[in-house]
Amino acid sequence: MLVLAAILMLWPPADAQAFCGFYVGRADAQLYNHASQVVMVHDGDRTVLSLMNDYQGEPEEFALVIPVPVVLQQGQIHIGNRELFQRIDSYSAPRLVEYYDPSPCPLPMLEMQRGMNLGAATAGMAFDKAMREDAKALGVTVEVQYTVGEYDIVILSATQSDGLETWLQQTGYHLPQGLAVAVAPYIRQGMKFFVARVNLKEHQRTGLSYLRPIQFAFESPKFMLPIRLGMINANGPQDLIVYMLSREGRVETTDYRTVKLPSGMDVPEFVQGEFGKFYQAMFDQQVKRDEMRTVFTEYVWKMGWCDPCAAPPLSREELRALGVFWLDDNSPGRPQPGMPMINQQILPIPAPAPMQVILTRLHVRYSAATFPEDLTFQQTQDQENFQTRYVIRHPWAGSPDACAAAPAYFVELRRRHETDAATLADLTGWDLAGVLRQAGLGPEDRPQPWWQRLWETGQN
Amino acid sequence: MEARAIGISADSRAGSPSPARIALAAHARALIPHDPRILQIAFLGGLLAAGAYLRDFSLRPMQIALTFASALATQRLLDRLTRKPAPSLRSATITALSLTLLLRADSLWALPAAAVFAIASKFALRVRGKHLFNPANFGVGAALLLLPGTWISPGQWGSDVALAGWLVVLGATVASRARRADISWLFLAFYLGALAARVAWLGQRWAVWTHQLSSGALLLFTFFMISDPMTTPSHPKGRAAHAALVAAIAYAWGFGLFRTNAVLWALFVAAPMVAVWDVIWPAPKFDWTSMRGSITPKQAAQDQGGINGIDDIGKLASREPGESSMADAGASRDLDVVAAG
Repeated sequence: MLVLAAILMLWPPADAQAFCGFYVGRADAQLYNHASQVVMVHDGDRTVLSLMNDYQGEPEEFALVIPVPVVLQQGQIHIGNRELFQRIDSYSAPRLVEYYDPSPCPLPMLEMQRGMNLGAATAGMAFDKAMREDAKALGVTVEVQYTVGEYDIVILSATQSDGLETWLQQTGYHLPQGLAVAVAPYIRQGMKFFVARVNLKEHQRTGLSYLRPIQFAFESPKFMLPIRLGMINANGPQDLIVYMLSREGRVETTDYRTVKLPSGMDVPEFVQGEFGKFYQAMFDQQVKRDEMRTVFTEYVWKMGWCDPCAAPPLSREELRALGVFWLDDNSPGRPQPGMPMINQQILPIPAPAPMQVILTRLHVRYSAATFPEDLTFQQTQDQENFQTRYVIRHPWAGSPDACAAAPAYFVELRRRHETDAATLADLTGWDLAGVLRQAGLGPEDRPQPWWQRLWETGQN
Repeated sequence: MEARAIGISADSRAGSPSPARIALAAHARALIPHDPRILQIAFLGGLLAAGAYLRDFSLRPMQIALTFASALATQRLLDRLTRKPAPSLRSATITALSLTLLLRADSLWALPAAAVFAIASKFALRVRGKHLFNPANFGVGAALLLLPGTWISPGQWGSDVALAGWLVVLGATVASRARRADISWLFLAFYLGALAARVAWLGQRWAVWTHQLSSGALLLFTFFMISDPMTTPSHPKGRAAHAALVAAIAYAWGFGLFRTNAVLWALFVAAPMVAVWDVIWPAPKFDWTSMRGSITPKQAAQDQGGINGIDDIGKLASREPGESSMADAGASRDLDVVAAG
């Protein structure tokens, strides 16, 4: 029996929407989709959407259903490359950088400043598919069907949500409660449904143990991602990471607040060993503070360089593979004057060719209650770069006896450590005492209120 | 006049007002500005402060300062050039506030340039002695069309701030029974009605509808832009027609063409129709200068009216040319809680 794994919604009259589907458990199998990853290329009315598929189960047990604005012809669907998701993820991932304190002693010593990527909080996501085609009646019409890559694909139109539900049931899917209600608004808007399942023979031919991403290209004024359907059988909040590739500026949501994550803070050195844990806690804390009602910006950068680079920028070919369709407008390989060079100390990367591509990485955690509507987006004119970046500073390795200025340096260093610990506790919601302990400080090293030492001296 | 205290006096027994309440009433009235634009400036200023403090409005202090400087300087300059009697900077202040609340830019010069467009449009684009565009609406529209690096962030408010804003402004408008608020109410009825019909037709949850209301931009638009008495049709019928037209364009813009900032563009493109409505339904033009204090706080205390909150502002500031009989009778209790911005 097939399991309807994820329903992806592309929306009405020619628009791109991705949505990160819902899993349907077969028998007692528990499947969750905690985090989804979508690459969305958008300019004008054109959209190319790539959906990551990290389904782990048996390929024959998955189906993917996506509402699409129009009947998609075979040429509008493409099977993507999973490595591209890893590339764009690691390029844009939140990062930790390190610096080394210079010597406080007056020696002609160059400041050693080094930024390097020490860790990346990466995203996981799940998209899945499975499907069966043998529809008739029930107001469900099979518009076209074809096989692309390892997927058998059917484009359906439905006139009634009950009909679609019945058809899916008849063809062997286990459906979540409330599917008909959730699908109805999409049907009302005249959408078609893209249904894909794995063609086992083709899948074996690929020789891959996983399912590759599906990409769609279409034209629509709507610029949105339907997330509502994925909430039907969600077991708690879900995470979605959207990599937006645009031409003119940063992308933000228009129906929800889009905010940048706190960035640029100094944190204790021990964070280096547990950056992933730190980042998750920090993100949890931000979500909590905004009551899970905002969309977070993790990264905005003009593709082609980075500072520091968590990974090399995507090449022209990689961007084209992700669907960036305007690259041909540029003359290739022309050196771009004024382009800041990549920090050679970090990653020696050849100077990139000019590309007007801006990557916005949005991270949203949503629940049915706090996100009543699908996500709609707009491209702003804002080209200011932003990265979620944290800093650790390694102390100078000298001794307090080294010179007259050294003792003051160590006093200041101690104070800095206290402040960094307090910053970390505030960002993550971690207990300050625990943070101090991990940072090698005692409870007495809590940052003191300013008045504490005011009358300490000179008092009898 | 019947005294009606609203939750101010601890002594709420019916009957003639006590001397203490009369004194309090007089004091309260003394605090109420005669020109409703003062209240608008206070409200918009509060919203801007809340946005800057509580929200990531991606707005730099220098942008705010330059926008105000530009708007006020342009107003002063053009007032001088046109030898305008009784010039005032209040409308220009509201325009600057509206621009900083709505428009975003990646440069320091774009917002001040939009302010110049906005103020200049009042002097340059006139039909039958009335300027055609709400200045802030024109400034935003011109900036988006002409200036690179400008955009609007409709989602910047967050539902909680927007909700608080709605409560305050709805309360104030209801209490004031604002005369030109008729166009605000009609617009809300048409537009929200259309949104509700869409939600019902699609079978969506009502949370979608309430979420669609949680937009500070819609609030600003409804009570501080479309209701601008200088650029709305002069006759009530004209205002009704205009509200319906703007709501229809906004709906088509947002849900037919799927474009953003529907209400702002709708008002922008519909603005020339105001001149048409004024021909079809002629009425005297609005004039802010007639609203300057004709009643002193002392006089207000003498009439022993109870404290009706903002309601009483109407008495102080409700005169319009051609409506002198109402104003003279002191019976008019309307107030234009509307904006020039």
